[in-house]
Amino acid sequence: MERLKLATVWLAGCSGCHMSFLDLDEWLLELVQLADVVYSPVLDTKEFPEGVDVTLVEGAVANEDNLHMARTVRARSKVVISFGDCAVTGNVSAMRNPIPSSAKKVLERSYVELADERKGAPSEPEILPILLDRVDPLHAVIPVDYFLPGCPPSAPHIRAALEAIVAGKKPVLEGRQIKFG
Amino acid sequence: MAIKTLTIDGQLVSAREEDTILVAAREAGVNIPALCYVDGLTPVGACRLCLVEQQGTNRLQAACATKVQEGMEIVTNSPRLHEYRKMILELLFAERNHICAVCVANNHCELQDMAVRHGMDHVRFEYLYPQLSVDVSHEQFGIDHNRCILCTRCVRACHEIEGAHTWDVSGRGVRARVITDMNQPWGDSDTCTSCGKCVQACPTGAIFRQGSTVAEMERDRSMLQFLVNAREKKQWNV
Repeated sequence: MERLKLATVWLAGCSGCHMSFLDLDEWLLELVQLADVVYSPVLDTKEFPEGVDVTLVEGAVANEDNLHMARTVRARSKVVISFGDCAVTGNVSAMRNPIPSSAKKVLERSYVELADERKGAPSEPEILPILLDRVDPLHAVIPVDYFLPGCPPSAPHIRAALEAIVAGKKPVLEGRQIKFG
Repeated sequence: MAIKTLTIDGQLVSAREEDTILVAAREAGVNIPALCYVDGLTPVGACRLCLVEQQGTNRLQAACATKVQEGMEIVTNSPRLHEYRKMILELLFAERNHICAVCVANNHCELQDMAVRHGMDHVRFEYLYPQLSVDVSHEQFGIDHNRCILCTRCVRACHEIEGAHTWDVSGRGVRARVITDMNQPWGDSDTCTSCGKCVQACPTGAIFRQGSTVAEMERDRSMLQFLVNAREKKQWNV
């Protein structure tokens, strides 16, 4: 059997879900016996590869780069899993949504109103991704196969999902394993 | 006291004639989910989670607000009811800004627990992201409308147990809000006795004691039950 190709992606989130992934500790050694991690913020790969079996996506879709990445992930992955509350619900990343023209407002607030010096919202169109006015959960922009909520999902919950995946089964999480927050 | 005999999930149950389906079911060990219902407060049938099927009619009944009848055959759990309840929960999450991770009630929240109980792993509906206020003008308590599900437990606890009727509801549908007095800041309320019963009654993080940070707030709901028992049964022991 060909080894499973696993990827993890970090969109608009705090990286806490990836920290929780690293909390799998020695089980990570077992995981790499069973699967190749082909793309991840903890690897040095620059391009999201073709033919990925399973991708865990942390974070909401908050800017144009996130949106582009989400679409690339969907096109190149057989199974996409919303990984953590920001991907599943928008969570803290989406807290600016009730503010009208939120992208402009949060930049002004952070880089002008609260700045001590060199006041001015950053604008580097080709370098810095443009913020979207509305932050969306992942399934609002691409079809998602499974959901792994939690802020962050605990290492045992991630393990339960991944164990099912590497065994070729559906990751069915039950009870408190699917709690938000 | 007349006794009615009915069937709940295939189980033969005897209930007092003034009992609701929800009370009869709970006494028979069947826990029908509900968010607006609290023991001791008048049921209002606001949350619709307790909808049950009744043999012989297609219309679903709110178990908290429907009295038992002789020979009733009730089903409290079916794939259809489960799907409706899950849908109701998703709509509640989509209607306001419920962000469990940064909520005072995280891990002590009946809405969060209800989502777990129904296996709600995401919300299929579009979030509304309404712009809502937080009123912390009261010196001890606060109300965060982002977390309110309009169950009206606060309104009923304040009116029926405390007798102050500080809380009420203004507006309709998606514009409905719980308000204090004539929709003035809670801190300016003349009627509020600062008793804290609304804090105990609230199922989510909407009404909170100030100074509680994320996930710190716990409630003691037995306080409401104690007062109702004391009043109705003259039992002052806990």
